[in-house]
Amino acid sequence: METKSMQGISYRRDLCDFCGTCVAVCPHDAIELSENDLQITEKCTQCMNCVYICPVRALEGSDE
Amino acid sequence: MNKKYDIVVVGAGPAGSTAARFAAQSGASVLLLEKDREIGIPVRCAEGVGEKGLETVVKIKPHWIAQEVSGVTLVSPSEDRVDIESNEMGYVLNRKIFDYELAQMAATAGANVLTRAYVHGLLFQNGKAGGVRLQHLDSELEVEASIVIGADGIESRVGRWAGLKTKTSMKDMETCAQVTASHIDVDGRYCQFYFSNEKYPGGYLWIFPKGNGLANVGLGISGEYSKHKSPLACLQDFLDARFPHASILTTVAGGVPCSPTLEQIVGDGLMLVGDAAHQANPVSGGGITSGMIAAKIAGQVAGAAIAEGNVSKKRLTEYVNLWNKAEGNKHKVFYKLKKFVYNLSDEELDNAARILLDMPKEKRTLVNIFKSALIKHPSLIVDIIKAFA
Ligand SMILES: Cc1cc2nc3c(=O)[nH]c(=O)nc-3n(C[C@H](O)[C@H](O)[C@H](O)COP(=O)(O)OP(=O)(O)OC[C@H]3O[C@@H](n4cnc5c(N)ncnc54)[C@H](O)[C@@H]3O)c2cc1C
Ligand code: SF4
Ligand code: SF4
Repeated sequence: METKSMQGISYRRDLCDFCGTCVAVCPHDAIELSENDLQITEKCTQCMNCVYICPVRALEGSDE
Repeated sequence: MNKKYDIVVVGAGPAGSTAARFAAQSGASVLLLEKDREIGIPVRCAEGVGEKGLETVVKIKPHWIAQEVSGVTLVSPSEDRVDIESNEMGYVLNRKIFDYELAQMAATAGANVLTRAYVHGLLFQNGKAGGVRLQHLDSELEVEASIVIGADGIESRVGRWAGLKTKTSMKDMETCAQVTASHIDVDGRYCQFYFSNEKYPGGYLWIFPKGNGLANVGLGISGEYSKHKSPLACLQDFLDARFPHASILTTVAGGVPCSPTLEQIVGDGLMLVGDAAHQANPVSGGGITSGMIAAKIAGQVAGAAIAEGNVSKKRLTEYVNLWNKAEGNKHKVFYKLKKFVYNLSDEELDNAARILLDMPKEKRTLVNIFKSALIKHPSLIVDIIKAFA
């Protein structure tokens, strides 16, 4: 299992499908997605939209 | 690759390749950029299309088609199955081949195509979009363009960079998981749709046959509800219960923005097409054909604007007007219909299925279904008649 934590959100790269659904619902354009990695920048306000929308649960709020 | 083009298209999905093809045909110099290593892969799509709409944009080739279908089967929450014959041929495509050849057609028309080209920002000239910044393999490049067309799909950022409001609300985002699996024993003549407000809130589960027991099985639910259970977990439950012997050949995640078209899809030197512009049908989530219809218009308008030397927002608004006339206005009505359909309880869905089953098969058309379902909602009927009259 490969987890990295950014802005209080933990990201499982091994689960991620790089589908971009999280990017589309982020109100602050805080997610940078490339073909094989994802970064959450300091623009994040921890609204949790990305966590709840991810079809495969690759994102999780660290405090949950 | 040059450093300067009339038009740069970001994203080589069906919309981007179609926009590039029509723009190139009009004589403009066009660059089509795709971040992935191969066009057509991965396929985040159930691959279903109707013949009539698609034929208006491209001549359909037999080898793009995995399976011909003649109608749909609607499955109610308590599993009544209603077959409905369609008034047009339907196809389940092989999008790997389809997307690839659409890009090839753009190249044949004169566009320059480049993969492994990740666009990460816009260039601005006098406050208007004037090109893109991209990473190609390990080099950083800048390409100037008079018009940038954002066809960058659901994750679209081209519009955001230009200051357009492109965010999708949670409720309008269908969050989806899909497998392509073998040993899915279904009638190959029908695409199946399972409805249940409890199991698939704000969406549905689908089985689209691809021939020889192969099928795309997936589901989408509204982002309003995915907090409680992920689409992938819902799909897993369905497969375990229904097709325990299925072999899973591909698993993908994805999303479809199911809203009317974005308010702003053009700016000075800027256009959005396809999922980037929220042009999928808000009820079904089908976005291949509608995105390509928009992209054809956008490519032609962009080409004409270049020829005239006027790429202002005002000039490019012709695209918006033609799109609204072609599909955009209908999508506004579909959006109302979506709210109606997805508010039906499981009991109401079961009742509707029984009414349909009592109808003789030849009378079971989508129009009749809506007629009987909408009797209680006259204002919606008026909207629908206006949109389709
Ligand atoms: C699970 C699922 C099932 C679906 N089923 C159907 C169906 O049966 N029928 C139907 O009609 N529609 C279906 N859809 C919707 C359909 O897939 C989309 O509407 C359609 O693919 C949109 O086409 P597009 O060209 O706008 O975007 P896409 O096909 O998403 O193409 C966008 C392209 O842009 C590229 N890109 C993105 N950002 C960048 C960047 N920064 N730089 C360079 N390139 C970039 C991407 O890699 C991608 O190749 C489904 C969607 C999902 C998620
Ligand atoms: S929605 Fe989930 S699977 Fe898709 S890119 Fe974001 S983190 Fe990855
Ligand atoms: S938590 Fe909200 S603001 Fe932060 S990255 Fe996710 S969607 Fe964006």
